Amino acid sequence: MASKSGIVSRLKRRKIHEVLGAGNRMDGRALDEYREITLKTGVMEKTSGSAEVTIGKSRVLVGVKVQIGRPFEDTPGRGVLMCNAEFTPLAHPTFEPGRPGANAIELARVVDRGLRSAEILDFDKLSLIDGSKVYMVFVDIYVLSYDGNLFDAASLAAMAALKTTKRPVHTVKSGVIKLTKKTQALKLRKSPLAVTLAKIGDNFLVDPTADEEEVLDARLTVTFDEDDNICTIQKGGSDGITVEELHKALELAQVKVAELRKYL
Amino acid sequence: MSKAKKTTKKKRTTKKSKAKTRYDGRKANELRPTTIESGVLPNADGSAYIEMGRNKILVGVFGPREMHPRRFAKPNEATLRCRYHMSPFSVDPRRSPAPSRRDVEIGMVMSWAIQPAVFLEKYPRSVIDVYCEVLEADGGTRTACINAATVALVDAGIPMRDLVSSCAAGVMDGKVVLDLGDYEDKEGEADVPVAYMPKLGKITLLQMDGVLPVKTFTECVDLAIEGCLQVNEIQREALKKKYGISEEAEE
Repeated sequence: MASKSGIVSRLKRRKIHEVLGAGNRMDGRALDEYREITLKTGVMEKTSGSAEVTIGKSRVLVGVKVQIGRPFEDTPGRGVLMCNAEFTPLAHPTFEPGRPGANAIELARVVDRGLRSAEILDFDKLSLIDGSKVYMVFVDIYVLSYDGNLFDAASLAAMAALKTTKRPVHTVKSGVIKLTKKTQALKLRKSPLAVTLAKIGDNFLVDPTADEEEVLDARLTVTFDEDDNICTIQKGGSDGITVEELHKALELAQVKVAELRKYL
Repeated sequence: MSKAKKTTKKKRTTKKSKAKTRYDGRKANELRPTTIESGVLPNADGSAYIEMGRNKILVGVFGPREMHPRRFAKPNEATLRCRYHMSPFSVDPRRSPAPSRRDVEIGMVMSWAIQPAVFLEKYPRSVIDVYCEVLEADGGTRTACINAATVALVDAGIPMRDLVSSCAAGVMDGKVVLDLGDYEDKEGEADVPVAYMPKLGKITLLQMDGVLPVKTFTECVDLAIEGCLQVNEIQREALKKKYGISEEAEE
């Protein structure tokens, strides 16, 4: 994500480790404390649903558009959900314009997996003409400012945007699709949310900043639905974690997801 | 009611509706409601957010910094590089996030529009990146981008000769009007976006879409410049608000 450039990073790493040794963080937070979170919905008029989330200085905008398109060949009678993430170059001096990089693709896919494995949409009900016309739900994640923990911000924003999404309603009469003036809320069956932990040394930190992400040994993103089932897990970082650590992390993540859920 | 009376009444209403301005109720020389805020992005060297009508645009400035790739660096001055990009959800229907040919062209004309105002010679070999993200589009995005980009450059502390202010004028139903919205942009006869440096009195962007007689075209340009001057005031206000400069101190 941010550049891993030699000397600066090593100094930063040493400082962060030093502060962590005393049980503190660079910004004075407790290890299991989120930064300030804000959530706004309905921020964009031309979308079917939208939400903007800030966590500290990280800022993510999600726009949902529902349109008619072709289904995949292997699922002719099912609607389509597509997640896409853009790291706009506004967000950080190291972000460059161009096609989404590995980090953007990972972000989109982790959010997508969370939504998809929770089966939040009943795709069978999003078909107009089986095999040729179905509703496509586009979830575009737009990163406007980066200071770590995009996973949690994006998943919260995506969920909030989908919750407020009003899709167009069409009628089908003998193969002809007509747009009506009505809109209809998307029926969501679950609400999966992601919590990201960073392992630095022997500590697990909630809501890592950009600096913390730069020096972390391992990263764990866990997505829970409202019944505390895990919908998806993504481990990142160059170091492994023990089974014991995993249990500890899951326990912590579960407590934290309840906190995030209050914003929805 | 007699027939004659009816027709006069009808005439009157058509007259009235003709006099009564535009589809969104504005006067011919009236800007859309415009607000600019500077210093909105924590990681950029300078930034601005503009709402011009229903356009919502974020601009971030990075630099002056080292030029990449290096071979593009100019030995005698900095390069001003503008990138114009629209979010996939900014328009209907959804748009592909990949940059289009239109985006590339707008980025280029934006650079040309803003460059004359910047002391590029102070930063040889470097680049100033201006990134524009159109979050929601409502016609006239390029002019709105230029307005926000100028404020963002000032916010980045980059020395400038003048503010660049931009606004379009065009022709809708045979009438010259200022600052076209999306509907007028699509349905109107012509669209003339202009960027202008008020202190130096120079036009730095001039494009046109449509067919117009010369006289109408120059009318458009005159009206657009009038709009630029109004925008200039809004840009100044945004900067004063951020930096807390009072009227006297500015003198």
